[in-house]
Amino acid sequence: MIALSDFLIVAAILFSLSVAGIFLNRKNIIILLMCIELMLLAVNLNFIAFSYFAGDAAGQVFVFFILTVAAAEAAIGLAILVVLFRNLSTINVDALNRLKG
Amino acid sequence: MAFEVPNMLFALPEMLMLALCCMVLLVVAFTGNRQINLVHALSQLSLLLTFLTVFWMMGEGGLTFSETYIKDPLSDVLKLAICLVNMLVLSYSYSYLQARKLLQGEFYVLALFATLGMLVMVSAHHFLTLYLGLELMSLCLYAMVAMQRDSFAATEAGMKYFILGALASGMLLYGMSIIYGVTGELGIQAIAAAIANEELNQTVLSLGIVFLVIGLGFKFGAVPFHMWLPDVYQGAPTAITLFVASAPKIAAFAMLIRILTEGMGDMLGVWRDMLIMLAILSIMLGNILAIAQTNLKRMLAYSTISHVGFLLLGVLAGSQNGYAAALFYTLVYALMTLGGFGMILLLSREGFEAEEIEDFKGLGQRHPWHALMMLLLMFSMAGIPPLAGFYAKLAVIKSVVDVNLLAIAIVAVVMSVIGAYYYLRVVKVMFFDTASERPQIAATTSMQYLLSGNVLAVLLLGLFPGGLFALCARIFS
Repeated sequence: MIALSDFLIVAAILFSLSVAGIFLNRKNIIILLMCIELMLLAVNLNFIAFSYFAGDAAGQVFVFFILTVAAAEAAIGLAILVVLFRNLSTINVDALNRLKG
Repeated sequence: MAFEVPNMLFALPEMLMLALCCMVLLVVAFTGNRQINLVHALSQLSLLLTFLTVFWMMGEGGLTFSETYIKDPLSDVLKLAICLVNMLVLSYSYSYLQARKLLQGEFYVLALFATLGMLVMVSAHHFLTLYLGLELMSLCLYAMVAMQRDSFAATEAGMKYFILGALASGMLLYGMSIIYGVTGELGIQAIAAAIANEELNQTVLSLGIVFLVIGLGFKFGAVPFHMWLPDVYQGAPTAITLFVASAPKIAAFAMLIRILTEGMGDMLGVWRDMLIMLAILSIMLGNILAIAQTNLKRMLAYSTISHVGFLLLGVLAGSQNGYAAALFYTLVYALMTLGGFGMILLLSREGFEAEEIEDFKGLGQRHPWHALMMLLLMFSMAGIPPLAGFYAKLAVIKSVVDVNLLAIAIVAVVMSVIGAYYYLRVVKVMFFDTASERPQIAATTSMQYLLSGNVLAVLLLGLFPGGLFALCARIFS
């Protein structure tokens, strides 16, 4: 039997990986978008595990909404990425350095 | 389980707003950008109708839609403020956007949908509705920031805003999932009841609160989660900066109050320490970094960070007075920000952004009236009596002193004295430096009147703060 804590640990690892990915990655903006998706999926896993073990469906309903919003979010993110690529001709994270101070 | 018909009337303003948003969307879809004045008028009308509906519905309130939605005095007042602020934003933006060929249907559609998101956020009383309102607002804002497609700065700002905004949403959601795991509830009221009545694992609950506070900190732009804010404010076209800087902060304030004080009110001891850190760091870093800026938009961004710190001071006091003071601060802040970025919009013209502090050189000789307005705004932001900013700062600091957090109050006062330096520098540049050129003002007359009215409102609120203050106090009593 897989315990609740196992799910939570996996979710926590996924979440930490995604946060680390956002801050450590210096090469590719698409990887940043992937990290954001991963982060939302970690949250979904958390919600589903809690919801299943508590016998309460509300958490699973929440997951549907998160998935939907994540799709919209990815669409906006990729659209901004396309616009950015047209201006910069690169998707290197380090190229985002015009604004600072 | 019996199906209960929810009281739809409590969400009437949002439903009306949604219908009007769709109408504007259709008009834009069928007329393109040929009828942009019609779209502008319709958008203003939508906001006005929503404002009137909220006003007309004021009074009776309660929970509805299975306790996911609330209508209370706080939501009424914040919705009125949001509609009003956004009406002003649309009026100020018109000529600026027109001169930059950004006056497109998309701007109005996104602005209206973002407004809808803010209204939902203000009324949400459940993690799901809070999240949906927040995302509806944020997604529109990301797109708006990157709307100037050929600008390096705007697209870069859009990308940074998107990444960090999504990160904030992720943090907030992770916190929500932990709270859900501990309490087994998603509704704010049910969570508050569970925390008050059940034996819960305090460690895990605190962990959830940590993530919630981080998410809220990101959305507000409190130090150390502020890195997106100066870039977005500077990079976005000024009209969009105005939109991002004003009304969303009012909505974020509602989210803060709903989650921390209404949901986790009994955990005050846990989140107060975190907010103290955020507030002190924001006030210090915001005020100190603002001194080094030469770009006015960036300076106002850092000043926003310090204002966020002051706002958090009121919330962390954890008393009715503190919340009322924080609400007062939020409303006054929105008004001052409208004025501040409005002045930049006013002086901008085709091919010229009046965003450097240098650009205000000699404004006192060129346009004495506008220089006087800017002077009042800067004095108000610095917290000099008798302007509204002074009473807002006084109220939050007083609420902190009342709960015996004297050291924090002292830091806040000292830092706001340091902060006065960079506001006064703008005044010095305006009145004591001579202008190299004497350009005309390109903005429309109506915008100039509105902006003057806005600044005079800041002055009037400073001279007679009693009315608004009593209103804020009544909401939290």
